[in-house]
Amino acid sequence: MNLLNVFEQINAVDPEFSDRISPRREAIKNLASMSKKVTLAALPFFVSELFKKAYGATAPTDVNGVLNYALTLEYLEAEYYTMGVAKAGLIPSGKPLGAITTIRDHEVAHVNFLKQVLGSKAVSKPTFDFTAGGTFGNVFSDYDTFLAVAQAFEDTGVRAYKGQAGILLGNRVVLTAALQIHSVEARHASHIRQMHRARGGGAANQKPWITGANDTGIGAVVDPIYAGEDNVKQAGVDITSLSGSMGKISTSAATQSFDEPLTAEAVLNIAGLFIKA
Amino acid sequence: MEKTTKPHNDSLFHSNSEIEKRDLRRRDFLKFAGASAASLAILGMSSCKKDHDDGMDNGGKGLYFGSGDIAILNYAYALEQLEAAFYIQLVNNPYTGMTDMEKAFFTDIRDHEIAHREFFKVALGAKAISSLDLNLSGINFSSRENVLATAKTFEDLGVSAYNGAGWLIKDPNYLLLAGKIVSVEARHAAWVRDMIDNGSFANMEVVDSNGLDVAKSPSVVLSAAAPFIKSKIDVSDLPTY
Repeated sequence: MNLLNVFEQINAVDPEFSDRISPRREAIKNLASMSKKVTLAALPFFVSELFKKAYGATAPTDVNGVLNYALTLEYLEAEYYTMGVAKAGLIPSGKPLGAITTIRDHEVAHVNFLKQVLGSKAVSKPTFDFTAGGTFGNVFSDYDTFLAVAQAFEDTGVRAYKGQAGILLGNRVVLTAALQIHSVEARHASHIRQMHRARGGGAANQKPWITGANDTGIGAVVDPIYAGEDNVKQAGVDITSLSGSMGKISTSAATQSFDEPLTAEAVLNIAGLFIKA
Repeated sequence: MEKTTKPHNDSLFHSNSEIEKRDLRRRDFLKFAGASAASLAILGMSSCKKDHDDGMDNGGKGLYFGSGDIAILNYAYALEQLEAAFYIQLVNNPYTGMTDMEKAFFTDIRDHEIAHREFFKVALGAKAISSLDLNLSGINFSSRENVLATAKTFEDLGVSAYNGAGWLIKDPNYLLLAGKIVSVEARHAAWVRDMIDNGSFANMEVVDSNGLDVAKSPSVVLSAAAPFIKSKIDVSDLPTY
């Protein structure tokens, strides 16, 4: 593998390449514009080289493991929203359908991005069962159920990425990309929570941020997704002991102001409910 | 969604082309970047001459952030101070017509930013910078439009700051803390954006074609925040790129 040849080839079609790859630029952000110019065959090779270069010799298996873990979650979300948008009459047209379509597009982009990064090491898409063995039997016929499961996926996604950050410590390219996906998932979670809240019922009091543990009104079935979100201690500091605007910071504010991670095991147990094979 | 979030500028998200969006984002940034010689003068970054080999001298140089992870935590502390001050003033001076939900959620956000600020202060202990002297005089708190635009700028900037600083952090515990906070800032950003234009929670201003949010280096973020910070700060040993 002659990396320099690849660079020269790319330079031939993209004169700004050297600038893009310079440490002062966020190389990863420019992949999209580059992919139009670089041949399809060369790109996966180039990207995997870029990432190898980025994470060097230290534990590449772990990094790939994290990326494949992320890819699995993104497959789940992408297929869920793709099926939801495609189901006529499920999502009200106008703003709701627009928002879900936006989210679908992001999840599909995440899948494509992670697959591109992993190249031949990418895991293949599992077969999903979004009814979770019948628990959510009406997930694609009842809008409230659809929103509830969407919210569960988004809040889980936010927790999942957070839980893996430590493995990517100091990794400019992969950690930054993971954080960039992570905050997009949090934006989705915020919006889905607003949509769900607007439907009233058990979700009428939930907010864009998570209060306590399971604040969803969905029921105990999603308890594992919110387990530990009611934590008020951060790095040994009890947030409720700190001064707020009047008196101490409330328990609600303390739990809302920090989102909690989930272990890979916990996330895969949750995702496993929706995976057939 | 329709019941609780009233879009005030429906046309923005739907009619603008991608190019116009990018232009808007750039203008937003330039407006707040205030890239004047004065605001940039306070930024002595790592790339400049090192004045703090002993890590002690901060005489006459402004508030010294420290180096390494401590400097990054002080950087986060500074941003949280700015956000907290903004929301305290916002809640104390509600614009005309602020809905009950807006009031309740802005109060929540205020309390989150205070929690972040106070957490960093306690966690940093003796290494914490002192309270910054801030300048919010350019914000028209009686204007819903101006308040929301400022909130959007601060929240998106906060998200990009944590996203861009993550890889500079050495201690996994600090990285996890940053991760716990950044997603809450992203939840705020999405809500504020939806108050401006329902559906703009993650539009092309902040999410690229790979589905990735914005990440900015500390030096870029501090340039953007500089117009709001009156205190002289010394970030000469703050990791950046």
